[in-house]
Amino acid sequence: MSRDESLLSRLEVRNLTVAFGTNVVQRDLSFEVRAHSIFAVMGGSGCGKSTVLKAMIGLLSPATGTVLVDGEDYEAAGERRRIEIRRRFGVLSQGGALWSSMTVGENVALPLQMFTLFDASSIRALVDLKLALVGLESAAEKMPSELSGGMRKRAALARALALDPDIPFFDEPSAGLDPITSNRLDDLILELSSGLGATVVIVTHELPSLFAICDDGIFLDGETGRAIARGAPRSLRDGCGDPTVRAFMERGRRATDAARGTGS
Amino acid sequence: MNGGPLHPPEWTVQHRGPDTVLRLAGDWIACRTGVRSPADARRTVDEAGNGTLRIDCAQLGQWDCGLVVFLRMVRDRARAATGIRIDDAAVPQAARQLLALTAAATSATHGSRKVAHKSIAVRAGENVLRAGKEVGLATALVGESALRAPVALAGRARTRAVDVLQLAGEAGFGALLIVAICNGLVGDILAFIGAVQFRRFGAGIYVADLVGIAMVREMAAVMTAIVMAGRTGGAYAAHIATMQGNEEIDALKTFGIPPFDFLVLPRVLALVTMMPLLYLYGCAVGLLGGYVVGIATLNITSSAFLVELQEAVAGRQFAIGLVKSLAFGALVALAGCHIGLRAGRSAAEVGRAATSAVVAGIIGVIALDALFTACTNAMGI
Repeated sequence: MSRDESLLSRLEVRNLTVAFGTNVVQRDLSFEVRAHSIFAVMGGSGCGKSTVLKAMIGLLSPATGTVLVDGEDYEAAGERRRIEIRRRFGVLSQGGALWSSMTVGENVALPLQMFTLFDASSIRALVDLKLALVGLESAAEKMPSELSGGMRKRAALARALALDPDIPFFDEPSAGLDPITSNRLDDLILELSSGLGATVVIVTHELPSLFAICDDGIFLDGETGRAIARGAPRSLRDGCGDPTVRAFMERGRRATDAARGTGS
Repeated sequence: MNGGPLHPPEWTVQHRGPDTVLRLAGDWIACRTGVRSPADARRTVDEAGNGTLRIDCAQLGQWDCGLVVFLRMVRDRARAATGIRIDDAAVPQAARQLLALTAAATSATHGSRKVAHKSIAVRAGENVLRAGKEVGLATALVGESALRAPVALAGRARTRAVDVLQLAGEAGFGALLIVAICNGLVGDILAFIGAVQFRRFGAGIYVADLVGIAMVREMAAVMTAIVMAGRTGGAYAAHIATMQGNEEIDALKTFGIPPFDFLVLPRVLALVTMMPLLYLYGCAVGLLGGYVVGIATLNITSSAFLVELQEAVAGRQFAIGLVKSLAFGALVALAGCHIGLRAGRSAAEVGRAATSAVVAGIIGVIALDALFTACTNAMGI
């Protein structure tokens, strides 16, 4: 990738306000997601991170504002065009949302069957690969209801990656996972971004992954319904004056300090 | 906190100079010694008056949330009345920490929205508007399926043949027994009623006409459709509503798979193909039932009954029945899918969706049948 390309914004949010009826969740958000970055949407529970994510992927029409995908207004595009734009996305929702009447393998295979012309054996190979990436190669024949919460999440991640999306959106990918698996997921996300050139948007609470992989982000405040900080989680941790952001980031520092204290 | 005898909780307010002391004594265990009422707390604070209210816990026995809830009411009351400061230094540290947590929680939930109370007129108006919108959406769905079904049949929609086949199997083969029972019994009943009435005029043979025309033209199509509305329409609504609750529909959308093509069309196609087949099967069983009862109760020969039946039931009657069953199939499937897609995201909504799909299916089938009858009557067929 050239230097110029890396400065391009893939997603641009302008004056976005999301609301349920008269209950405004977040107002006046404006930010850009640069190409090949790993962009974090941060904030306390219930501040509207997932809702903002839903507006960004077009599942929820914003009350006001626009979302531009590669410079194209998502809302203004027709339904047919929207479906084409969406195909660049891969979405892992918070609950996983696997199709419960299909096996895990079929879940990953369905987008491939729908949108590619691969034959059955190529699809099989791709499905095996995606499931192996998340460490679930042995679960292909299982039904989602037979999996544990963490496994379901990983299977949903494999499905989100089925079509090799340019812009994967991950809503709390490592919530409920053990530290080792969670670390492996971080590596996978880094690989997607730096190796395959994807632009990742990620909602997470996990401070270790925030600091380890995200190079840009926005911090949403639930009380005021506005964005209160902007930048890489690491630099927010080290240099942000806002008390809410500081409290969010400090929790992690205290935890690591404590770990260091007992470790030495 | 074992099961020994407990002392009932007591609290007294004593004035000492500028300060007031709230002395707590006894055991404050919520499940065993009860929870004090907000009125108690209010009275305590009012009694204390202005100044500092010091809480003294020297006599306090065992305690749990029964104490914390009282302290919280006292604190909130004191906060509402200005001029009172609470000194809780003597309160057990654990209780103080719990209280502090509730303080954080209440401040965070401030500004929660109020539930507006609506008048009957407003609610009636909203219901009318909603009903109008609902009719519009349902009509749009009918139109959309009319437009998309040919596309799907040509294999160009996001509809999988394997889904259609599986759904058709479930709707068709799975319903054989119940459709047979219902239609067979309806045939029996018609023959019984006919036999009792016609015998008085010595016209027993016309039971064959009654059973034949009623079954083929009306009852087989309607009974089968009602069975399918209960069995399959409700299942479709519940299935799709559950998918809605699990965000599975959102997952389809994010992949660019239209839920209409992927969920609604296969179900409509499955029922529209299966309903006429089930109708024919229901006719056969119903006529057989009528035949058995007719022969058994009346003094007519088997061949006389069959000849009479053959003359009564022209091909036209079957054509009317078949057209009806096609329409009923589409109606039941669309009602189930539409209600499922419009459902909310909770377990209660799944039940509500299944119920309304069955109700809408049955009422729709009967209303549509009345419409058909009016039309065929007007056309003289």
